[in-house]
Amino acid sequence: MTDTPAPLEPDRAGRESAAPGPGALFLAFLGIAISGFGGVLPFARRMLVERRGWLSADEFNETLSLCQSLPGPNIVNLSIATGQRFAGARGSVAAVSGLVLAPMMIVIGLGALYGRFGGVERLQGAVMGLGAAAAGLVVATAAKMAEPLLRRRPWSAGPFIILAFAGVGLMHWPLPWVLLGLAPISIAIVWRLRAKAAP
Amino acid sequence: MKPSILGVLVTQFAILSLMAFGGANAVVPEIHRQAVEVHHWMTDKEFAALFAIAQSAPGPNFLVATLVGWKAAGLAGALAATAAMCAPSCLLTYWLVKAWDRYKETAWRNAIAAGVAPVTVGLIGSSALLLVRAADHGWKLAVVTAATAGVAYFTRYNPLWCLAVAGGLGAVGVLG
Repeated sequence: MTDTPAPLEPDRAGRESAAPGPGALFLAFLGIAISGFGGVLPFARRMLVERRGWLSADEFNETLSLCQSLPGPNIVNLSIATGQRFAGARGSVAAVSGLVLAPMMIVIGLGALYGRFGGVERLQGAVMGLGAAAAGLVVATAAKMAEPLLRRRPWSAGPFIILAFAGVGLMHWPLPWVLLGLAPISIAIVWRLRAKAAP
Repeated sequence: MKPSILGVLVTQFAILSLMAFGGANAVVPEIHRQAVEVHHWMTDKEFAALFAIAQSAPGPNFLVATLVGWKAAGLAGALAATAAMCAPSCLLTYWLVKAWDRYKETAWRNAIAAGVAPVTVGLIGSSALLLVRAADHGWKLAVVTAATAGVAYFTRYNPLWCLAVAGGLGAVGVLG
């Protein structure tokens, strides 16, 4: 049959580091997604660098740093970039589908269960506990990101952290306006400081 | 009625997709503002519950968008919100990665990343504040939040342990 999925060419069989096709990309990102409890990125590194050997550690870091500087969930951007690199547009679609579809169905299932049994006392208690812990994780994420920034450049970064926090967290202003108002000024300041620092 | 809710979901999440520097946590305050304050799709407490469910399930944590869509407009809303949260940033990333060599380590790309970073930190701090407010009813829950934050900040344990312990404590009723 000609329509069997992704026939392996003889010379490619057994060489896992050869450029993966859409099918392999889908499966790899599916594996990353369903093992990624509480943060997917460490599992992405393990899968792409250590287990499959598709990317070197440096290539992974380089790709990740680009993905982190773009908007959108970092891991989704990473799937797009990795898919594109090995199999073009089809690769990107395969990788992002592998990453998102199964977790999305799991989350919808959990949401439906919660909607149905949300009145049960034990479940309510469990979700309350989970919510408190999840909030703590976000507190830690914010602190971890703030610490190096404040240490390296307190005067150019500090005010923007405070203003963004005050505008969105305290004043409840719409986030797009706060972001579009603050980011260009912050970028311009970084640009000028770097231009001055350059020889 | 339904199509207009879907339209709102798609528009909101598509905009947030392009605003989510540093990941989905940065836009949680805006998702919350739209879902709770502007459109009244859910209460504060329900939002905290949906965020907790998305955070404890496997997979990327932007799936809180899926649950907000589901709560607002059922399965169609869940699919629409997920797609809208992904598609714009995915297209942008795809396009930029294709032109990777041209944009690699250029001065302006670094300046944009460095300039957006503190704003992102302020936004994630806002997420933290609103989630603490929505989740912590009583001092026991506040202790869980503080302990989890401490473990996640100062140690390298997998955060899943904190979620498991907190969920277990809640289920047996000691946090109520």
